[in-house]
This record gives sequence, structure tokens and C-alpha cells, in this order.
Amino acid sequence: MAVERTLKDARFKYISPGSGGFFQTSLGRFSARNWALLFLILMIVVFSIGSSGFFDIVNFQNIIHLSTGAFLLAAAELLVVITGGIDLSIGYVYGLSSVLGAKVMQILYAGGAAGMPVWQVIALGCLAALSVSILPGLANGVLITHFKVPPFIATMGMWGICNGITLFLADGFMPVMGAPSEINAIGNSYFLYIDPSKSISFFTKPSYITQADIRSILRLVPNSLFLSLAVLLVLGFVLGRTRFGKHTYAIGGSMDAAVRSGIDVKRHLIMIYVIASFVSGVAGLFNLFQTGIGNYTPSGANYELMAVAAVVIGGASLTGGKGRILGTAVGVLVLAVLENGLQIIGVSAFYRYIGVGVLLTIAVIIDRAFPDLF
Amino acid sequence: MAHLLEAKNITKRFGGLTAVDNVSFHVDAGEVVALVGDNGAGKSTLIKIISGVHKPDEGEIFLNGQKIHIDSPIDAISHGIETIYQDLALAENMDVPSNIFLGRERTKKVLGCINVVDYEHMSSESRKVLDRLDIRIPSLKANIRNLSGGQRQAVAISRSIYWNAKVLIMDEPTAALGISEQKKVLELVSSLKKQGIAIIIISHQMYDVFSVADRIIVMRRGIKAGERLVKDTTSEEVVSLIVGAESVEKRSQ
Ligand SMILES: Nc1ncnc2c1ncn2[C@@H]1O[C@H](COP(=O)(O)OP(=O)(O)OP(=O)(O)O)[C@@H](O)[C@H]1O
Ligand SMILES: [Mg+2]
Repeated sequence: MAVERTLKDARFKYISPGSGGFFQTSLGRFSARNWALLFLILMIVVFSIGSSGFFDIVNFQNIIHLSTGAFLLAAAELLVVITGGIDLSIGYVYGLSSVLGAKVMQILYAGGAAGMPVWQVIALGCLAALSVSILPGLANGVLITHFKVPPFIATMGMWGICNGITLFLADGFMPVMGAPSEINAIGNSYFLYIDPSKSISFFTKPSYITQADIRSILRLVPNSLFLSLAVLLVLGFVLGRTRFGKHTYAIGGSMDAAVRSGIDVKRHLIMIYVIASFVSGVAGLFNLFQTGIGNYTPSGANYELMAVAAVVIGGASLTGGKGRILGTAVGVLVLAVLENGLQIIGVSAFYRYIGVGVLLTIAVIIDRAFPDLF
Repeated sequence: MAHLLEAKNITKRFGGLTAVDNVSFHVDAGEVVALVGDNGAGKSTLIKIISGVHKPDEGEIFLNGQKIHIDSPIDAISHGIETIYQDLALAENMDVPSNIFLGRERTKKVLGCINVVDYEHMSSESRKVLDRLDIRIPSLKANIRNLSGGQRQAVAISRSIYWNAKVLIMDEPTAALGISEQKKVLELVSSLKKQGIAIIIISHQMYDVFSVADRIIVMRRGIKAGERLVKDTTSEEVVSLIVGAESVEKRSQ
């Protein structure tokens, strides 16, 4: 313990930028604390100047809309990372939820022939997807707390199992079609539709506008943003304001302190992994609503690693005890804007991976040098 | 009359090592018992059994004559047994009020139904208890990581006494402190004793032991090597019990 502390102090002194330097000033601390946000703003400025298509409300909403899954998965990962763990299974829980929901809807709906009301088909599909998405988290939590399996290994096991089950349900690499088309209306609608000269409507497009010329009217605030905000706000509230949140940070900061202060650490960790898994399931289900088909998670999609990257760029530390929802949201946006911007200015995709790598390195160096930020 | 806390025939093994070997002891209200012994004698292990961190392989614990089961730290706390560990067991990444109230956070309701942590209340209560100890910590918002050894100790002590313990166990409370902070802690022990709290204090400092304790229990390699009333013994005798002078003499003959 004492040795650990000395090591920490030594490391801190070694990397900490020189006394009296820029990083000791309040401006320096501000920029170190908010470097990801500053970098995000810088990217937006550069991409806006560098291309004509980037700075555009349609593109911005597009980024937000397409980041729904990333927001939710990163928030889920953050919970686990704060406790000092990692969850590698969330990307495949996402796919499992999407495919299972689609499969159940497909069977119950049967192309409209089954006679069950559409809302009931949708509700049962959601129920199936969401309840099953709890199970991998439960298994992870029990393995980690009661069987002392390291989080990396436990969740890697679930990573494989969820992927396998998903591919089985999807008949091997086939997107699952046949869910009622009504789900798209929920997943892809906007809060507000404005046809400048004629009308304003909420949640559904004006009926005289066809899908083909939908782009001629102004659509504001995609429904997906409400979902992302709801999940982020709830989890942010839980982490920042509740006993559950305090205990989460305490477990990550010092497992011993948490145990000895009487916190039921095992139960708490199981709940953390269950919530992470459930939120990933919600994300997968919403993907079904956005695309209308059940999508398995392709191998190489690396959703879980992108979630870890967003969390770390957002100021969390993989050693636990540190990290915030707001930072994580910024981390997700950094990755999303990087991808979108590079695409628009026509830079090849592999630069994005280099970018992510560089950002991660910066994040870790800043975390080490300023353990008390965030 | 039954003792406030009594442990009978406690044994704890770690694999092949018997860290605590058939040890019995008791402590009464308003009494300070010092637990002394060399490094690795089993002092910390013994008190971790009382505070629910370790389960004993053998032995029983009684509170006011009633047999109690301490299977977890929360059990010990709920019986009024508070412990300050040698390594303090504070969450380094959190601030002072969060640590004093760790696991027992005060909450208030918002919107009539949602419980949120009442940080202001915890903060002002923390300030009060620190003032009672006459400990100055410039900012309660500072993370424990950034506090001095004495300040950390003060937080740990505040944390225990805030909860009105019946039995307070302190594992080397003065080890990492400067002279004036040591004195403050010992004064505090005396005042807690006057309030009727039973205190078990582990220490290597003979000065501490003789200035605050009523009774001394000596441990050596897991066994209880002796027990003396402070008024009937000398530090020479205690030291010889600690190092096992008799056995050393025998061997050298
Ligand atoms: N969790 C554990 N697992 C295995 N062995 C342990 C464990 N805890 C303590 N021990 C061993 O038990 C013996 C007693 O240790 P303990 O910490 O109780 O000694 P101590 O009297 O408190 O010593 P010190 O004065 O150095 O704090 C030591 O040999 C120690 O290495
Ligand atoms: Mg010890």
C-alpha cells in the first residue's frame, strides 16, 4: 500500500510538467482538463473551413443521429471503467439485441399476416430484446465477483457467446428483415418539421411531402437525440448525485475502502455490469428502429474498443475511480466528428485509426500527469 | 458482569501459516487495551477478524455476553464496532466528506421521490467533527490523495467517531504522524475513553501504550504471549514479552 502510494507519487512527479510552466497556470489547467473539448472545437473549425459540406445543420444532426449507439455504448462502458473494470462484450450485446428484437418481430408479424396488432408485435420484440440483453451482464457480474474471473476474461467470454448466438439467430451473416415498417417512423423521425412557406409539424412529416423530397424541408432534432440525452442524463445523474454513484467511484478508487466501509461491493458490481449490458441492449434495439433490420455486429466493428476510446478521451482512467458522463459524451463526439470530417474532406479511412491512436495516447498522458482533473 | 466485547479462542490460518493461534481477549466500556507485538505477530489479523474483514477458522465473539456473528464489515459496524485500519482504507480519489460518509451517505429527496446525496449536509457535519478533533484541513473538497499523513489519519478517525462507536479499534494510529499530531490523537483516545468507548489500540510505541492504555496484550508469532495491567508492569517487561526474551535466553544456554 505504502509502496504503491510512493510509486504513484514518483510517477506523478516524473511526468508532471515542470513547476511554474504553462500547465501550472489556471489557463494551463483549464486546457489540460478540457483538452478533448478544445480539440473538438478545433476540429469543427478546421473541417468547416476545409470543406463545404461539413458546416451544415443536416450534417451535424446526421453525426448525432449516427452516434446514438456510440453514446449509449460509451456510457455503458464508462460505468464499468469507473469501477476499475472493462466490458468487452457490449458491442455484441448490441448486435444480439438488434437481431433478437428483429427476429421476434419478424415471426410475430409474419408480413402482416398474423393478425396481431402492430404495436403489440413491436412491444413484444422490444421486451424480448431488452430482457435478454440483461443476461450477459448478469453472467459477467457473477463471474467477476463470485468466481473471481478478471473482467477482461469474463467479458471476453461473453463477447464470444453473444456473437455466436447472434449469428445463429441471424442464420449466419444475414441481416434479419421483416419487422413492421412502423418502427422506422419511431427511429428516424424528427421532433420538428418545418416547411418554410407552408407548415410546421411535430414528430411526423407533413403528409403531402413524399419520402423522396423529404430533404426539401427543414427537419430539426432527431428522436435519437432524445434517447441519447435521456440515457446520458439519467446515468450522469446517477453517477454524480446518488449513493449508487458515490459507491461506484469508491469501488474504483479503493476496493478495500469500499468493502470495509460496508458497501456490498459484489452486489454493486453485478448491478454495474447488468446496467452496462442493458444500456447496450437499448442501443442495439434502437439500431433496429433506425435501420428497420436486425443487424448483427460485424467482426472488426470494434464497438467496444471505440467505447473504451471515447471513455478514455473523455477523461476516465482505466485504473478506475475517475470519469464523467459529460467527458464521455465529448469523447464520443471527438471520434464521430473525426470520422465524419475526414470522410467529407476525402481523407482515406485509415487516417482515422491513426487519429484515434494519437488521441488515446494524449488522453493517457494527460490522465497520468493530472490525476485530479475531472 | 459480561464484558462489552470478548473474543474467545480465535484462530486464523493463511494457507500453512497460522497468523492468529487460539487467542482470547476482552475489552470493557471506557477501557483502553493496547495490542502490541513485533511485525507479523498477528495483531492486524486479529482485529480484522473482529471487524469482519477476515472470517476466523475457529473461535467466537461475544458482545455484552451475547454471541455475535461478524461475517462482513457491515455486521461489525452495525454492532457498533468501528475500525481504523493501518492502511486507513480511504478512497484516495474522493474528497473528505465523501470518505467520512462512505457507505453511509446522507441523502435528501428531490422531486419528492428521488434520493440524492446531500453533499452540503455531509460537508457541514464533516467540518464539525474535524473541528471537534481540532484538525485543520484547508479544503474539504480536496481529494484524500492530496492530504498529508496526519490529515488522512484525522479523516479516518473522524469517520469512525462520527458514528458513535461502542468499540473503536485503531491499528497504529500514530505511526505516520508528526509529534504534535501524535499527541492530539492520544488526547483524543483519552477523551473517547472518558465517553465510555471501549478502545483497542495497536501500537509499536511504548510511550503511546503507557500513556493511554489500561491493559496490554502482547502477541508473538500468532499466540498471546502475555497480558499485563499497565499499572503493574514496566516497558522493559513488555518489550521482553514482545521479543520473547525468555525463549532467547533458553536457546542460548
Ligand atoms: N491476507 C493475508 N494473506 C496471507 N497472509 C497474511 C495475510 N494477512 C496477514 N498475513 C500474514 O499473517 C501474519 C500476521 O500479519 P499481521 O498483519 O496480522 O501482523 P501485524 O502484527 O499486524 O504486523 P505489523 O506490526 O507489521 O503490522 C504475517 O506473517 C502476514 O504476512
Ligand atoms: Mg499490522
